[in-house]
Amino acid sequence: MRRSRRLWGPTVVMTSLALVLAACGGGSGSSAGAGGADPDGTVSVYGTEPQNSLVPTNTNELGGTKAVQPMFATLVGFKGADAQPFNLMADSITTTDSKVYDIKIKQGWKFHDGTEVKAHNFIDAWNYGAYAPNGQLNTDFYANIQGYKDVHPADENAKPTTDKMSGLVAKGDYEFQVTLDAPFSVFSIKIGYTAFAPLPDSFFKDPKGYEQHPIGNGPLKFVSRTPNQDIKLTRNDDYPGADKVNFKNLDIKIYASQETAYQDLLSGRLDFMEALPPSAVAGGKYKADLGDRLVTGHLLGISTIAVPYYVPGYNNLELRKAISMAIDRAQITKTVMNDTYVPADGYISQGIPGARPGVCQFCKFDPAGAKEAFAKSGFKGKLTIASNADGGRKEPLVAACNSIKNTLGVECDFVPATDFGQWRSIVTGKKLTGMGRSDWSADYPSIEDFLNPIYKTGGSSNDSDYSNPQVDAVLAQADGTADKDAAVKLYQQAEDLIAKDLPSIPVWDEKGVAAKSKNLKSAALDFRRMPDYQSIEVLKK
Amino acid sequence: MIRYVLRRLLQLIPVFFGTTFLIYVLVWAVPGDPFSGKCGQAACPPAYIAQMTEKFNLADNVFVQYFKYLGSLFTGDWGETFNGTSVGELIGTSYPITLRLAVVAVVIEAVIGLTAGVLTGLRGKGFLDNLVLVSTTFLISLPVFVTAIVLQLALGSNGLGLIEASVSDNPGIGELIVPGIALGSLSMAYVARLSRTSIAENRRADYVRTAIAKGQPNSRVVGVHLLRNSVIPVLTFLGTDLGALMGGAIVTEGVFNINGLGGLIFRGIQNRESATVVGVVVLLVLVYLLMSLIVDLLYAVLDPRIRYD
Repeated sequence: MRRSRRLWGPTVVMTSLALVLAACGGGSGSSAGAGGADPDGTVSVYGTEPQNSLVPTNTNELGGTKAVQPMFATLVGFKGADAQPFNLMADSITTTDSKVYDIKIKQGWKFHDGTEVKAHNFIDAWNYGAYAPNGQLNTDFYANIQGYKDVHPADENAKPTTDKMSGLVAKGDYEFQVTLDAPFSVFSIKIGYTAFAPLPDSFFKDPKGYEQHPIGNGPLKFVSRTPNQDIKLTRNDDYPGADKVNFKNLDIKIYASQETAYQDLLSGRLDFMEALPPSAVAGGKYKADLGDRLVTGHLLGISTIAVPYYVPGYNNLELRKAISMAIDRAQITKTVMNDTYVPADGYISQGIPGARPGVCQFCKFDPAGAKEAFAKSGFKGKLTIASNADGGRKEPLVAACNSIKNTLGVECDFVPATDFGQWRSIVTGKKLTGMGRSDWSADYPSIEDFLNPIYKTGGSSNDSDYSNPQVDAVLAQADGTADKDAAVKLYQQAEDLIAKDLPSIPVWDEKGVAAKSKNLKSAALDFRRMPDYQSIEVLKK
Repeated sequence: MIRYVLRRLLQLIPVFFGTTFLIYVLVWAVPGDPFSGKCGQAACPPAYIAQMTEKFNLADNVFVQYFKYLGSLFTGDWGETFNGTSVGELIGTSYPITLRLAVVAVVIEAVIGLTAGVLTGLRGKGFLDNLVLVSTTFLISLPVFVTAIVLQLALGSNGLGLIEASVSDNPGIGELIVPGIALGSLSMAYVARLSRTSIAENRRADYVRTAIAKGQPNSRVVGVHLLRNSVIPVLTFLGTDLGALMGGAIVTEGVFNINGLGGLIFRGIQNRESATVVGVVVLLVLVYLLMSLIVDLLYAVLDPRIRYD
């Protein structure tokens, strides 16, 4: 026993054990191929556990959408970096008054179970999504279809009189007509959202069973799902659509921690991540880590700081101007956000048709102007900006606060909330005591989606509690204008009016920084912060 | 002995109800709306909230909720998560992995900890003793998540490149060694300390002197007489440590992306999946109670002086 004692220090044992046994886990270093693409390759993408069942009418967060979206082909698809809408399953969408839409669908498209996609599959799916007792998350998206109030009464306790919306009428196997409550010119873009996907007949027979094995009509079909582990999809070789994929299998790997996923990506164990962990963004580390594996996109979203009208002292235009001009956006996006964002100067994300530069004239950093406006405002006391502090939300807002403090000489504090859930309950409960972070990402690429939900009186995400009858009127007029270009002009008018009131202060616009592994030849990020599946090519091993 | 076991088993019943009730109330009665962050920037549609409220009995008061939960638990139904996955199924797929990880960790801490403890306990002060003292102090002062992340970074692709940052879906023992070290390191230090003290104390005990005087070989004196008595406090520690291991597993499994029970709780807390958290913690309580019973029974085997009748 004495002889061998020198070997027996616990640290020695521990390290040698670690070295010897950990070697089993090694084995990275697969060589990149000759540069050709492998059409039968497998792609793994970063995923999170879906919050709801994998049914299009009930999925609206990224984790679930990542699996649902490629499984379904909607009437309209969105192409390329600027998300140009094109007819995918629709053969034609025609309207004369933006109120009655006549939709013809392409023939011969099949669900993954072999049944043909017909007009009634759309009608049934939308009716299912709208019917109140089904409790579907995306139910609001059908709200402007005629008859929605009959299947989904505004009063929670009232019983719906029917389960079919009168606005949906089948005109044959491949044609149906949608009548809206009021004219809505953006409807032909809105139906590109996943909630408007068709559902096969088998779904309505057994929704529970369907959840175990979803059947869609899209470029990828469902293979298997292990909760908290992965969702596996494979290519639908019979898919006739324009958005076919160039790989065979898709493996959505679910991670508990973004940091771990990022390390797996660097070692080639994971192929795509649509967002980087805060530790990689800090100090611009990601640029050195990734090199040419960095993927940048443009997300259709915008970050603003809401200045709620209901907070005492804040209903003051000069104060809004002063705060807005006191924030040095260019410097914060560069130093704190390490170029993952660009400064914003309007209310609409920069990639959207109809977005113009410089709409918000008080969004330039102007210390002198800010001081002058602040003096005029007569504001006394302390300013606060509140937000959930996780996921890198805190640092830029602290920087904004410091910028305000240094320029105006007024106290400014960041007020953290524990998590997103608590944060949203403060905002929707109208319990803000100062300014609050108010970020928005578009469900579908339209200027309308940046205005109606946020700035219309009573809008679903009107965090500032903003109400201007003039804005409401212009928005309603724009909704009712059939001519697309004329409608965009009207929406722009509404934006100009909003920019005069500054109900919220535009700060930055997210570029979208993603990463691919050395196994991929190409990959892009789409406007929803999802992997653009169509663009992914796997390198030949 | 049998009467003792029966009494202990009966005692488990009130403990079970008490602990599960506390867990249920603590998890579900957390202030705040469980649906506030579920639907992004917009509030959730009332129809969705109504459906979920009914499904999880959220409209009842918390006592009624608890009894409804217990009722379904006794019929073998662990409930469902918000996205409709059966919690029982989740537990079923994840417990074997955690069991494997726990065994790896316990083996590491028992083998290394006991060896270090016995060697230093027998030899007393010296270089080895100081080395163990310093390294265990170091390990004890590190929280599990620090150990885990440091190991992951140092041995992963950014460091020595010996391991992958995450563990595969159904990991073998080899892949679990490093997470096992992270998980077991804290207790390993305690085991080393405990066994060192206990060995040093018993080394001078009468029965050891008697054994030596009888001319027994050194290995037998240490292996049978000394170790058997000294290991009792260590065993108590190891037994109850399983609970602590589960706590550490929450962090370790989160860091290494291991799909075990700890990982389930980790994600459950992150996503506010109360049903998963309650289900898994209830299971852990049961494991913990059974383990402490087994440890108590083992005493009698190890030390004939301990009698339960």
